[in-house]
Amino acid sequence: MTEEFTTVIGLEVHVQLATASKLFCRCSTKFGAEPNTQTCPICIGMPGTLPVMNREAFRLALKTALALNCEIPPFTKWDRKQYYYPDLPKNYQISQYDLPMSHQGYLDISNPQGEARRVRIRRAHLEEDAGKMLHDELAGKADSFIDLNRTGTPLLEIVTEPDLRSPAEAKTFLTELKLLLTYIAVSDCNMQEGSLRVDANVNLHITPQQNALRTGHFSHQSEPLATPIVEVKNMNSFRAVERALDYEAQRQWQVWQETHQRLGDVPKQTRGWDDAAGVTRGQRSKEESSDYRYFPDPDLVPVTVSPEEISELRASLGELPAVLRRRLETDFGLTPYDADVLVNQGRAVVGYFLEVAHQSGDAKAAANWVTQDVLRALKDRGITIEQMPISSGGLADLIQKLKSGEIPSPRAREVFQAMLDERVDAAAAMKSIGIAAVDESELNVLCEKLLAANPKTIADVLSGKTQAIGALIGQAKKLNPNVDPSRVRELCLQLIQAQAGGTP
Amino acid sequence: MSLLQQTASEHLRKLESGEVTSVELTESFLRRIADVDERVGAFLRVEADAALKRAVEIDARRAKGQPIGRLAGLPVAVKDNLCERGHLTTCASRILANFRAPYDATVIARLRAADAVLIGRTNMDEFAMGGSTENSAFQATHNPWDLERTPGGSSGGSAAAVAAGMTPLALGSDTGGSIRQPAGLCGVVGMKPTYGRVSRFGLVAFASSLDQVGPFGQSVEDVALLLETIAGHDPQDSTSLDAPVPRYSQTVNQPLKDLRIGWVREHFGPGLDSEVEAAVRAALDVYKSLGATLHEISLPHSKYAVATYYVIAPSEASSNLARYDGVHYGYRTDETQMLAELEAERKQLAGAGDRAGLEMLDSALVRMYRRTRAEGFGPEVKRRIMLGTYALSAGYYDAYYLKALKVRRLIRQDFDRAFEKVDLIAGPITAAPAFKLGEMAGDPLAMYLVDLYTVSANLAGIPALCLPAGHSKTGLPIGLQLQAPPLQEERLLRGARMYEQATNWHKQRANL
Amino acid sequence: MSISRTDIEKVALLGRLRLTEAELDTMTDQLAQIVGYVDQLAEVNTGGVEPMAHAIELANVFKDDEVAPSLPREEALATAPHHDGRGYLVPAVLGD
Ligand SMILES: [Mg+2]
Ligand SMILES: [Zn+2]
Repeated sequence: MTEEFTTVIGLEVHVQLATASKLFCRCSTKFGAEPNTQTCPICIGMPGTLPVMNREAFRLALKTALALNCEIPPFTKWDRKQYYYPDLPKNYQISQYDLPMSHQGYLDISNPQGEARRVRIRRAHLEEDAGKMLHDELAGKADSFIDLNRTGTPLLEIVTEPDLRSPAEAKTFLTELKLLLTYIAVSDCNMQEGSLRVDANVNLHITPQQNALRTGHFSHQSEPLATPIVEVKNMNSFRAVERALDYEAQRQWQVWQETHQRLGDVPKQTRGWDDAAGVTRGQRSKEESSDYRYFPDPDLVPVTVSPEEISELRASLGELPAVLRRRLETDFGLTPYDADVLVNQGRAVVGYFLEVAHQSGDAKAAANWVTQDVLRALKDRGITIEQMPISSGGLADLIQKLKSGEIPSPRAREVFQAMLDERVDAAAAMKSIGIAAVDESELNVLCEKLLAANPKTIADVLSGKTQAIGALIGQAKKLNPNVDPSRVRELCLQLIQAQAGGTP
Repeated sequence: MSLLQQTASEHLRKLESGEVTSVELTESFLRRIADVDERVGAFLRVEADAALKRAVEIDARRAKGQPIGRLAGLPVAVKDNLCERGHLTTCASRILANFRAPYDATVIARLRAADAVLIGRTNMDEFAMGGSTENSAFQATHNPWDLERTPGGSSGGSAAAVAAGMTPLALGSDTGGSIRQPAGLCGVVGMKPTYGRVSRFGLVAFASSLDQVGPFGQSVEDVALLLETIAGHDPQDSTSLDAPVPRYSQTVNQPLKDLRIGWVREHFGPGLDSEVEAAVRAALDVYKSLGATLHEISLPHSKYAVATYYVIAPSEASSNLARYDGVHYGYRTDETQMLAELEAERKQLAGAGDRAGLEMLDSALVRMYRRTRAEGFGPEVKRRIMLGTYALSAGYYDAYYLKALKVRRLIRQDFDRAFEKVDLIAGPITAAPAFKLGEMAGDPLAMYLVDLYTVSANLAGIPALCLPAGHSKTGLPIGLQLQAPPLQEERLLRGARMYEQATNWHKQRANL
Repeated sequence: MSISRTDIEKVALLGRLRLTEAELDTMTDQLAQIVGYVDQLAEVNTGGVEPMAHAIELANVFKDDEVAPSLPREEALATAPHHDGRGYLVPAVLGD
């Protein structure tokens, strides 16, 4: 049957930029300090104080914009967004209105169905954060409490076009965005600490058939029909975003069926996600509060960006996840799955893989070892790749010994485990678990012994049934677990040929 | 009183030669304040003890031959909108009546570094909004030349203090004429430097793109001295100019050669008081006699300056003053009363079954804001907040604010063109001498139009100065305004000094 | 543009001012008068003129990303009308 509706989603993401000091003053941005211990006359907005822009904040914002394929206009300025709230001491937020520092970018993702999707970025602009207001409703306190530690922390607001077509897709976008931000190290993206905050605009496009069924008019109505847009807030994890949007889509579908309200019929609504209850709730918003009276901040001067600065910064970005995935597939022959697993682990793991692949000369083996054994080890031990006991060189060595037959493949994992537990190299690990390379004379003796004991096999081989040798290999392994089966095979065949040739 | 006849520069020479100590000097100015300020009302707070303590310390350092600053031992009065760590800074407003800044304004730090003696805080129009100093929440200031009349404003306290000989030097701030106009009405010298020449850090903002701190003195020489002390780049002010500061006081006495003085056709229109016009024309003749050439110029957009100013200044003010909400500092309304009032209204509306009314009823927080600001601000400040909020609000932004920013550029371009032909522009500072206190009450527009000759310099960001250039038949001072291109303070001061040395108006003192 | 009393009431809320009935009346008259005067700007031809937001036009002014000591909390809160020693207090704001 045909889809009843499409969920149309646009996201507004606020990312805290990883600077040491605030956007306009020199207070620390460290999280978790005692309330109001990281403020100064400037971020408290005291009379007479003035803002001065943090160079690093602008640089990080620019870096992110470039990573998001945004256009960087040569001229940008800051404006005051005016509204009264106790966590906003000046009662205006220094933000950007008509000339943001970047716009018209995109981020490519592959959605849960594995389809490639290009999500357009409408704009990304640099602004200051507000403080925190706490109210203990249970305690029935008469007052709300304000902590200004976070006030003035640099934020990058990233606004997408309504290009996302399902809650799951929205989640995928956010995961890819977070990965990108971590790759270019502009933010720690810690949602619990509020370094990454997500709001969503969502509505439904009712497919024509559905609408036609309702109205009975099949003739016109080729355009899908849009329901009123709702802004969803307080989603504190990517999972929450997905759940909230799922809920909201269903809710809007219900409302549509009851009211048939279209986009424009009612003012834009804001709803808050209640994660515990699993529902969104309407938030009453005063209509006057929507008049922000933006105007250029006379205390700040504009910033101009030259093509040189842009190319310089672009060069500093390093390889971004999308590019890296492609390179692992094309240059190293990894499966899209393996490439994805590696890249999603972050730059360090990819770096580790590249070293192993390079030193072992076997990318495929390297990929298998890293995506399986190494990642499992990290997970089991709750450690990072930097803390991994087996160096990339060590793993490469293991892979080579495996190829040369020094390590019989069945025992490779034992060796890996020993290297891990005893923090030793492959050779030492082999010794400790009793793998010794079997020397030729020893192997000769063993094979002659076997042939002598198995005249039938010799006869079979001579009569052309070479595979009969298999029986000997089995016996050889019983006698000495370290023997390399392929060598046993070769040697036995040689000896048989020799004997045959030797008989008159 | 001999003190009155002497300029700051003369006091400084005597301090250096040891003829007088800072303590003696400070004491005599404090005595003068005690004698006359009851009638003038120039000071909001006189910091006698702190000043004397400072004077003693500076005298000691001088005696020991230790290094001392350029203004060592010289009293300076400061307008009450400049923050000083641990001291009150009220902006003559109820809402900041108890505000003690935890930091120093850059100009205050520079005065201290120069070993000036901060003698007290001067009265002003609330948040520097006004031209008569009548908008102070605390007291009126009277013109030393006629106590019935206004000293002008908003820096009326600083102007009157210098005019009445209660301090040799004073700081003011000028957003639309607030230094130059009171200087003119009080017969002293006052200067608005190029925008960005003096740091605004610690100056409580009125209209950020127009505000500029500047000096008052009894002579151009004094003003040069004070300006060179406070001017210069400040990394804490993004709009501060990073340009070297000449030693104005060392060149101020050198006359300018081949000086080209421009006079503005539009300045001599109807409404210009005949005595003022006569004084200005006489001043032009003085320049001619000094070898300058006179040139008629036109500033075609100057007639729109007041309209432009009264869009831009209130718009910025409405935003700058939003922070006074009773949350983080300053005055807050009585919450018990506030909550009771709200409850009463809620009952009343509920009783009447007025659903819409209940919907629209303020939350406790919004009512706290509204009462705090209603009780904390005076009428003129409220008027400008309303005007600016309106000009920036949805639907009006383009017609008012954006339009004004464009006309502002045209006004600046008029000046740029004019300064291709002339070195300085000379003209009136106000259309008439000081008006009577209360004369303009209830007619805000008429009051705004007083700024006709002064606001252009703020809109264009150029330096401008006002110095004494005559008296009316009734004995009121008449000022002459000189304007120069951006960063041409040195030219402005030397040009002004030429006139000053050729005349005696600056030597006249109000007798109190 | 003429200003109505309703406009004035809206603006008073936007600007968080509480005006008495009498104040609303005078404010309406005075603003109407001032705005009437300001309306003359409309006659200026500003076609192709760039708005001028700053008196002196600078660009690219930055500070370095260096942390300096913050204000001791006691000092920060010292000027606050209502605080509990840890933070600022305002009349309860519930919901959003
Ligand atoms: Mg934002
Ligand atoms: Zn701070």
